[in-house]
Amino acid sequence: MSMTITEKILARAAGKDCVAAGELINAQVDMVMCHDVTTPPAISMLKEKGIDKVFDPEKIVVTPDHFQPAKDIKSAELHKRLDTWAKEKKLPYYYKVGRAGVCHALLPEQGHIRPGEVIVGGDSHTCTYGAFGAFSTGIGSTDLAAAIATGVLWFKVPESMKFVLNGSLGKGVYSKDVILEVIRRIGTDGALYKAMEFVGPALKEMSMAARMTITNMAIEAGGKNGIIGFDETTKRYLDGRLKGKTDYTVFESDADAVYVHEDTIDCSTLEPMVAFPSLPSGGKPISECAGEAMDQCYIGSCTNGRIEDFRIAAGIIKGKEVAIRTIIVPTTPRIWKQAIDEGLAEIFYDAGCVVSAPTCGACLGGFMGILAAGEKCVSTTNRNFVGRMGSPKSGVYLASPATAAASAVEGKLTDPRKYL
Amino acid sequence: MAKAHVYKRDHVNTDEIIPARYLNTDDVTELASHCMEDLDTGFMAKCQPGDVIVCGDDFGCGSSREHAVWAIQGANIGAVIAHSFARIFYRNCINCGFYPIELHGALEKINDGDELEVDYKAGIIDNKTQGTKIEFTPLPDFALEIVNDGGLLDHIKKQK
Repeated sequence: MSMTITEKILARAAGKDCVAAGELINAQVDMVMCHDVTTPPAISMLKEKGIDKVFDPEKIVVTPDHFQPAKDIKSAELHKRLDTWAKEKKLPYYYKVGRAGVCHALLPEQGHIRPGEVIVGGDSHTCTYGAFGAFSTGIGSTDLAAAIATGVLWFKVPESMKFVLNGSLGKGVYSKDVILEVIRRIGTDGALYKAMEFVGPALKEMSMAARMTITNMAIEAGGKNGIIGFDETTKRYLDGRLKGKTDYTVFESDADAVYVHEDTIDCSTLEPMVAFPSLPSGGKPISECAGEAMDQCYIGSCTNGRIEDFRIAAGIIKGKEVAIRTIIVPTTPRIWKQAIDEGLAEIFYDAGCVVSAPTCGACLGGFMGILAAGEKCVSTTNRNFVGRMGSPKSGVYLASPATAAASAVEGKLTDPRKYL
Repeated sequence: MAKAHVYKRDHVNTDEIIPARYLNTDDVTELASHCMEDLDTGFMAKCQPGDVIVCGDDFGCGSSREHAVWAIQGANIGAVIAHSFARIFYRNCINCGFYPIELHGALEKINDGDELEVDYKAGIIDNKTQGTKIEFTPLPDFALEIVNDGGLLDHIKKQK
């Protein structure tokens, strides 16, 4: 029976030769991601139910990220519970503050993500890891507790949608613009319960960072997972990086696999995109919205807070003064150091930006750049729901690091291509 | 009698159900006090135990925070009826032993303030105000079993 890459991975994890969309399976989980908001409640549940165990310490990665370093007393208490548990269970992959980073940037960077595996995490953007040809999906605290204790979760095998990315991205247009266009087309529930598989020549030219931006936002279309097949770029990223188990299985979709929806995007014709409040599907080409005044620029998050993103932003900001408050948030300690070593931090300092320690921070309205009523923020993050970055009366405009940086320089939504 | 609180909205997301500024705690009473705050600041003041939330498509989209379900449960909401649910929220409801009622066309069949009675076993909502009986598709058996066991962890314990 022909299968998609998602079906093949789930079949392997369920110990079956094949599975079909709609089938209910019990799947072995290969990796569990734990952070500071959803894991402490999971730990408490396990203790309360008397099933306080860890199925395999090697398969659990822990990092505080949402409110780290602790933003207030209550979040410090969450961190304390996470810390006590990780030490008690002797988890080898516990990243403490100083080594901690935004989970979906940190886990791939530190070599915890392998192709062909089933990865779950207590965070909706866990779908990011699908960029490595893995099945990866976000779960809540109860599922997380079950995964930590048993290493098994039930899944309904999702139907698959195929997105063919043709052509080449033009100057100043990035993978963020591609995914904002995809979500604009299908809506925030256009992929509800489904796998979003991305293929096509434009992907071949994208770095792993660029690919992760695409799979990261699968959830913004309601997708269960986003997935991109393995190639030379994946291999180059993984070689010498993997921790623990270094072998992995590569799966590919069969040529006659079944898709419930197919869409083609000609990347050559795309413009930089900006998603207006208050849905990620509110994308507009920059030619239709340039000039809208902004109050803040935020460059960071699991969507666009990697070193490649800061290089792009610094390239535009270099030698200029930003017109609005501009907050730069490297997502891992390594990226933070690279930003210093490569001179990017100095460029940001000279331009009047502030550079933060790694954190999810203001992306989810935590801290480090919260918006007041009536304020507008151009942001490289993933969600622009009501109140997402602060006041319910503020607005978030999702864009690429290039568009965000150009908009920071001018204080209004700006086409980055004039600076390239 | 349960009263319907109808929001003629699609994509009511978990940021609206429980804003992230309150995620520094998992205390259910505290979470409940902010339930639906960014959708309707007056929600908790007018909500009585057992009342029902009614919405359109894609209820609970966005963040995987189970805090959204805990806030709703903590506020003693009797049921959430929506045209459709976002995947993670739907799963979280089942895992917490809370029955999500999927009902296409709910916004046409239930008005704000209607008095409702839900019969989960029969899959029927009795709209006392309008004098109508509305059928909904019951949860699949495996999910119903988890809900009836009180949630996923109790379900797992029971199986062992």
